[in-house]
Amino acid sequence: MKYVYYPGCSLKSSGKPYEESLLEVFKKAGVEVEELGGWNCCGATAYMSVDESDAMALAGRNLALAEKEHPEGRIEMIAPCNACYLVLMKAKKQIEERAHLGAAVQDAFSRAGMTYRGEVTIRHPLDVLVNDVGLDRIKELCTRPLKGLKVACYYGCQIVRPYATFDDQFNPMTMDNLLRAAGAETVEWTSMKARCCGGTLTGTIDSAGQRLSYIILKEARRLQADVVATACPLCQFNLECYQGSMRKRFDDDLEMPSLFFSQLLGHAMGIKRRKLGLQDMLVSPRKALKACEA
Amino acid sequence: MSETATAPAATGAGTYEPRIVAFFCNWCTYTASDLAGVSRLTYAPNTRIIRFMCSGRIDPQFILTALRQGADGVLIGGCHPGDCHYSTGNYRALRRFKLLKKLLAQMGLEPERVRLEWIAASEGDRLQEVTNEMAEQLRRLGPPNLEAIPAPGPGEELPGEVQELEKTEA
Amino acid sequence: MDTSNNGNKPGQERAKVGVYVCACGLNIASKVHIDEVREFAGTLPSVGVARDYKFMCSDPGQELIINDIKEHGLNRIVVASCSPLLHEHTFRKACEDAGLNPYHFQMANIREHVSWVTEDMELATEKAKSLVAAAVERVAFHYALEKKRVDINGNVLVVGGGIAGITAALNLANAGKQVYLVERQPSIGGHMAQFDKTFPTLDCAACILTPKMSEVKNHPNITMWTMSEVENVSGYVGNFTAKVKHYPRYIKEDSCVGCNDCIDACVFKNGKWENEFDAGLSLRKPVYMPFPQATPSTVLIDPEACLYLMKGKCKQTCVDACERDAIDFTQQVTYDEVEVGTVVLSTGFKSFDPKRMPEYAYGRLDNVHTSLEIERLVNSTGPSGGEVVLKNGEKPKSVGIIHCVGSRDKRHNPYCSSVCCMASLKLAHLIKERTGAQVYNFYIDMRTPGKGYEEFYDKLLGEGVHFIRGRVAEVTDWAMTPEEEGKLVIRAEDTMIGMARRIPVDMVVLAVALEPQPDHEDIRRTFNISCSKEGWFLERHPKLAPVSTFSDGIYLAGACQGPKDIPATVAQAGAAAGEALALISRGYMEIEPNTAWIDPDLCSGCKTCLPQCPYTAITRNEDKGVAEINPVLCKGCGTCVGACPSGAAQQHLFTDDQVYTEIEGILSHV
Repeated sequence: MKYVYYPGCSLKSSGKPYEESLLEVFKKAGVEVEELGGWNCCGATAYMSVDESDAMALAGRNLALAEKEHPEGRIEMIAPCNACYLVLMKAKKQIEERAHLGAAVQDAFSRAGMTYRGEVTIRHPLDVLVNDVGLDRIKELCTRPLKGLKVACYYGCQIVRPYATFDDQFNPMTMDNLLRAAGAETVEWTSMKARCCGGTLTGTIDSAGQRLSYIILKEARRLQADVVATACPLCQFNLECYQGSMRKRFDDDLEMPSLFFSQLLGHAMGIKRRKLGLQDMLVSPRKALKACEA
Repeated sequence: MSETATAPAATGAGTYEPRIVAFFCNWCTYTASDLAGVSRLTYAPNTRIIRFMCSGRIDPQFILTALRQGADGVLIGGCHPGDCHYSTGNYRALRRFKLLKKLLAQMGLEPERVRLEWIAASEGDRLQEVTNEMAEQLRRLGPPNLEAIPAPGPGEELPGEVQELEKTEA
Repeated sequence: MDTSNNGNKPGQERAKVGVYVCACGLNIASKVHIDEVREFAGTLPSVGVARDYKFMCSDPGQELIINDIKEHGLNRIVVASCSPLLHEHTFRKACEDAGLNPYHFQMANIREHVSWVTEDMELATEKAKSLVAAAVERVAFHYALEKKRVDINGNVLVVGGGIAGITAALNLANAGKQVYLVERQPSIGGHMAQFDKTFPTLDCAACILTPKMSEVKNHPNITMWTMSEVENVSGYVGNFTAKVKHYPRYIKEDSCVGCNDCIDACVFKNGKWENEFDAGLSLRKPVYMPFPQATPSTVLIDPEACLYLMKGKCKQTCVDACERDAIDFTQQVTYDEVEVGTVVLSTGFKSFDPKRMPEYAYGRLDNVHTSLEIERLVNSTGPSGGEVVLKNGEKPKSVGIIHCVGSRDKRHNPYCSSVCCMASLKLAHLIKERTGAQVYNFYIDMRTPGKGYEEFYDKLLGEGVHFIRGRVAEVTDWAMTPEEEGKLVIRAEDTMIGMARRIPVDMVVLAVALEPQPDHEDIRRTFNISCSKEGWFLERHPKLAPVSTFSDGIYLAGACQGPKDIPATVAQAGAAAGEALALISRGYMEIEPNTAWIDPDLCSGCKTCLPQCPYTAITRNEDKGVAEINPVLCKGCGTCVGACPSGAAQQHLFTDDQVYTEIEGILSHV
């Protein structure tokens, strides 16, 4: 079956390795996707603080657009970025459950020649890979298993809070199970795996934001992880890109590769490095991956 | 003794309001209705309750009579399977109900009009939900298309069609 | 349907109905036009008198009925007021006092079913009118009935031997009644036996409980059966037959003196199986004594652990060691059948399993315990001899106690478990006393309603226990600072100062919720009672009838009816015993004469009704070729009546005629 693919802004810019690696993995795993034509920014967390109904209409437009392009039946939309995933789900819920807001949004849509039917289900790539493709098939496809690689699977907060649709809210395991099927060993770190990375605070109040990401990296190191795997472009950005600043701020010799789970999965599936965006990483995972290739 | 039972089913506003006769068992659904009252859960007044000791007492003829006498819908309430105060009465009610539904379908009666619900003594909110839902459904359906045939009073003749039937069978 | 003569049998009188519309203060009057309903009632053909009154159930209200019956020759009465489940018997009695058969009465429920649930006053009034019309039509078809009386057997069955069951049993036995006390554990005592001290007096639980346990064992009127369960119950109030299943101890109870030599001699040098009484904190051998003060003071052998019982091969050193020759591996399950008149259910509660809240790390991190486990730790007969110790044997220097684990939680149990605040305060005191540790209680609200409870809390404030008002988010082992290394860190919002806090402690205590026993559905089906939404046994009325149930003769005592502390449990057990005694003392019970009967003239002998009856009350008279119903066995469900194709089967108070007229009455008005 075909999925509608909603990349979101980050996957086209700073999170490019996520899109590159994910689409390669989908190709290998037989997950057919079609990018939503004319998609717009979901608004993430920022717009909701400005105007609620505008924000829901903005995000919801993508849902109505998908319905317009696929007028028959139910639509499954894959949103890899955790923030997009959550905002689209929130939009769906708010439009359907809050009559006043729903009416305002429908009105806006109708003036753009669209109606919202409620036929879209928003899916996360972790959910699709583990529950639709299946771990057995994934294992088959991993011709170069990540033997000996210890991964700290970091989920970020937005795919388990407030809605925990495909995984447990306190101890999610989808990514762990996925990467274990790819041959890796994952660490047990219930306290950290869904703890906030700081989100946009790393840009606004960097002392607070960086500290939150630093705590996660520090714990991953304490548990002797070789890499941290993430599912969200902002989480990945926060974890990877401020390590220089963190070394100074916390007087710590920290260096922890932080990748997208799809990059690790793609590597296990034998896909070339360049196609997985691995050369673009700020903290090189070369050493860790080379060790497990042996 | 009152005359024929078909009174106009209209409210002051002139909109159609269905009348639902409910047959509730004493131990579960009737008690749940009392609980809904004690909890002040408001619901549509279309449903009027008749009390039985057990849903097993309900003769399918009661349901047919209610419809014939002008009810727009009939709601049967009993204990959840396994919880009947008299052990198996609700299972009997279920069997009779299922058979009756088949018959009613053949008569062209919409399935929403006769409904069976298991409502436990502590489920006052479920009672509110069901009565509101049923009233809303029947409002949308409108009056049933069965002609209410009044029961013959003393000394009255049977309606024409039935007389014909009797003649052929004689 | 014969509509002549009001449907009464030829020769019977015409119905002259008195209708009374109750305002119930403002309860009905605020949503129903009382005078309009009264006027409407007056227009109905069979109605002789129509009145309204503020409170029909009061003495003057009932007087109205009585006087009208006498003065106006009324022979049927309808009261439109509250639920018949509340006052039907009140008005029936009024009829009776006036010399009218009490079953010439019908109620219309216009309070619970109309005024309390309808928003629009006009619509409510119309609904009330149709219900009144239905009752008036129906009551004309009522006829005189005699009350049914059943004798009450004086024996009582008490199910569950915790403090509730023990209290009820002793009360009943002291009143001279024969009591069968059935307990599924190897000893009576229940959860209270596991506690060390009880709040707020800090009485030693064992000291106040064991004398009672001993009294039960030695009471001539109590048959105490442990390792037993009630398998099924048949009959009805005053005449129950209960089948009790006894599991084998493999020990002759009369021979064993509790010397424990067999335990010492067992081929297993050390315990390997979780000791249930110690909440899994210690290990026992296959042969064991549940706890030192167990009553009966008899060991037992676990058939799933004992080598001989499992494999048939063992040196049987226990048998050699026993000087009383009390071990008997040939014991089997046995049964007893008892005849009782009433039953008291006191089956208690179980604790919430905190594994359902993974954020509190129970079962994942060491030194996270439930409140029940700490009770065992502080108990001198417990696994650590009364010392509060960590897994490594050392005393904790800091302890966090988390309230409301599994209670007041929409994800688990929405209710408050009533006792845990006091239990947590008690444990805070005991832990501080034994270890000198810093103790932190994390609470949402402090619930200390009982006698001496608030004072206890106050005392604790003075003892230096720290109180943090805030729901705990997480118990974690990762350290943010060097001080937190190796500790359990409790993260909570301190709502009083508006800050998130991290409190590193050595030990965490989870004050777990009280929940219904896991097999509460099976138990309630055995005794034919209902459960509330959460699974507690349902009382007849939450305020005025907290110990009786909707099944006559079955009473409730203790936590099985809802979480409560020991004083409330003992009070409720006394109340249950009292109600049972009242019934036994009167010697009989009047039950509703709503049984079914079969008209032999109409019965065609088709046998449709026979299998319908769950009480096998219907038999076939082979000579006459018709079915017959035994009125003693018939419980009045009417299922056979609903099935009878020829209308031969009818049910008193629910005849076909009565139902048809009620339907017609309901639909005769808007």
